[in-house]
Amino acid sequence: MNSVEAKGPSAKRLFLYLGLVIWFLFSVFPFYWLIVMATRTTSSIFSYPPNVTFGSNFVSNVERLLQALPFFQSVWNSLIVSVSSTLLSLFFSALAGFAFAKYDFPGKKPLFWIMLATMMVPGQLGLVPAFVIMKTLHWVNTFYALIVPGAASAFGIFWIRQYAETAVHDDLLHAARIDGCSDFRLFFHIGLPIMRPTLAALGIFLFMGSWNDYLWPLVILNSPKAFTLQVMLSTLNGIYFKHYGMIMAGTLLGTIPLLVLFAIFSRKIMDSVTVGALKG
Amino acid sequence: MEENSKTRMVAYGHCASIYIVLSDLIHDRQVNKMSVSMPSVSDVVKKKKAHTWRDIRKHKTIYLFISPFYILFAVFGLFPILFSLFLSFQAWNGLDRMKFIGLENFALLMGDGVFWQSVLNTFIIWLESTIPMLFIALVLAFILNSALVKLRGFWRFAFFLPNVTSIVAEAIIFGSLFATQYGLVNNVLHFFGIPPIDWLNNNVWLQIGIAIMIIWRWTGYNTIIYLAGLQSLPYELYEAAKVDGASMARIFFSITLPLMRPIILFTVIMSTIGGMQVFTEPQILTGGNGGPGQGGLTIVLYLYNQAFNNYLFGYGSAIAWVLFVIILIFSLLNTLIVNRLSK
Repeated sequence: MNSVEAKGPSAKRLFLYLGLVIWFLFSVFPFYWLIVMATRTTSSIFSYPPNVTFGSNFVSNVERLLQALPFFQSVWNSLIVSVSSTLLSLFFSALAGFAFAKYDFPGKKPLFWIMLATMMVPGQLGLVPAFVIMKTLHWVNTFYALIVPGAASAFGIFWIRQYAETAVHDDLLHAARIDGCSDFRLFFHIGLPIMRPTLAALGIFLFMGSWNDYLWPLVILNSPKAFTLQVMLSTLNGIYFKHYGMIMAGTLLGTIPLLVLFAIFSRKIMDSVTVGALKG
Repeated sequence: MEENSKTRMVAYGHCASIYIVLSDLIHDRQVNKMSVSMPSVSDVVKKKKAHTWRDIRKHKTIYLFISPFYILFAVFGLFPILFSLFLSFQAWNGLDRMKFIGLENFALLMGDGVFWQSVLNTFIIWLESTIPMLFIALVLAFILNSALVKLRGFWRFAFFLPNVTSIVAEAIIFGSLFATQYGLVNNVLHFFGIPPIDWLNNNVWLQIGIAIMIIWRWTGYNTIIYLAGLQSLPYELYEAAKVDGASMARIFFSITLPLMRPIILFTVIMSTIGGMQVFTEPQILTGGNGGPGQGGLTIVLYLYNQAFNNYLFGYGSAIAWVLFVIILIFSLLNTLIVNRLSK
């Protein structure tokens, strides 16, 4: 930032780096330890003095895991649920966000407020009746129950609207309208392409949220075949608590997809946390 | 201020919207008050009304665009909430006939020691996690903002990493770290001659353990937010302070902290709303029962157990409503503080 400061006393710099390194170790160590445990037998995990290096039992731990529970089925389930709920939610959010950003229509303001107000309500408030509804619809143990209710995200609409308001220019829409474009065409041919970057960011955000969701799937799913990854991991942890190596192998396998996603899109993910703060 | 906070919202996620909704409502009211005093506005409104119906028809495609949200929310959001209020006056196990029992669920709840323990547990865990978490996040952001530090992107990446893992995975990993016998934490303590801690069975330690997990997961997230806030602060202020010979600690406490107050209070609100709904960590860590002394029994865990293990749907709904009221009061309280302090 400036060169005078960069030449500051090295003791001060050392002190700052010490703080960073301590938190770095605390942040990263559980991941390291997860790999250690996933590659060792249960008895070698719980030995004293502790083994702190990687073992060689990862494959046998995974084999054991696959014998015990339909683990990859649950990864597949999570993938289906997360991808479809993300796509559906993105589409609805884009439509509504675009409409709220670029159109003036009667009732726009109250409708927008109602939508925002729904975000104030904690999810648990309607938890019991939501389950009863799913039971009535015979959606217990189905993915509909996980995909459909979350398809309309007030937060997503809000996110898109914030972006579209400035990114999609009125002149452009106006010109297209004079050329006789319908609202659908305006959305698909002008709105969507312009909103693509923010849709990607929102998509990653929604995907991670859906992938990590636990309480609602736990309520809805009770058949192991239908388990999402998180419910599977929790079941694994509850039933096979004596087989730590196996639990950890599963946990590692279940954590890798998100770590990869984060490694690729880290800037986008972290920017979506900060972009607003920088503006403010 | 209101506009800024609105854009900031995107960053803070779901829960924090309460803040903009409230602050904008206040702002809105002021705007409305002003517009009433101007006579020309009401003429425009009248004219507009005549056109309304035609306007609605003209925009039917647009209503179609926004309709999925309202339809889905009505069915899967609003209806369950109203139904939940209705259920809270009933005794029902989900199978037999419902029985109307008036306020009995709420009366039971008021005298239910376990429920109040869960409220207390939730608040203790919230306090033990929020204060260290936000403080450490602020310090880390302050360090990262210093020109003395290199590789900012790398540190940011590493600190944010815990936030992308699932809470279930996190709880499983920490559960093994905290194991009383041969858990790594106790092994290390043993190495230093410290007697083992019964993390998973002792109420106090269980709550601290859960708080540590929340700190692990959310400190980096808050650091990113604070760092963005710090980078938007006027640089000249630091320069001036440095010229005056102020120490780093002095700059932190006298300049950084006061200027960051709105953002700090904002993260406090977020942590409040999140903290009141803690569920997954204690659920996994204690196998669902909240631990032998029930120190890990949070409000939502109690709600889940009553509704889905004991099939007390009416009672569970009553808990949900009391939880909602607690969150509402707490958030309003925080919003008032924010509005007062940031003015």
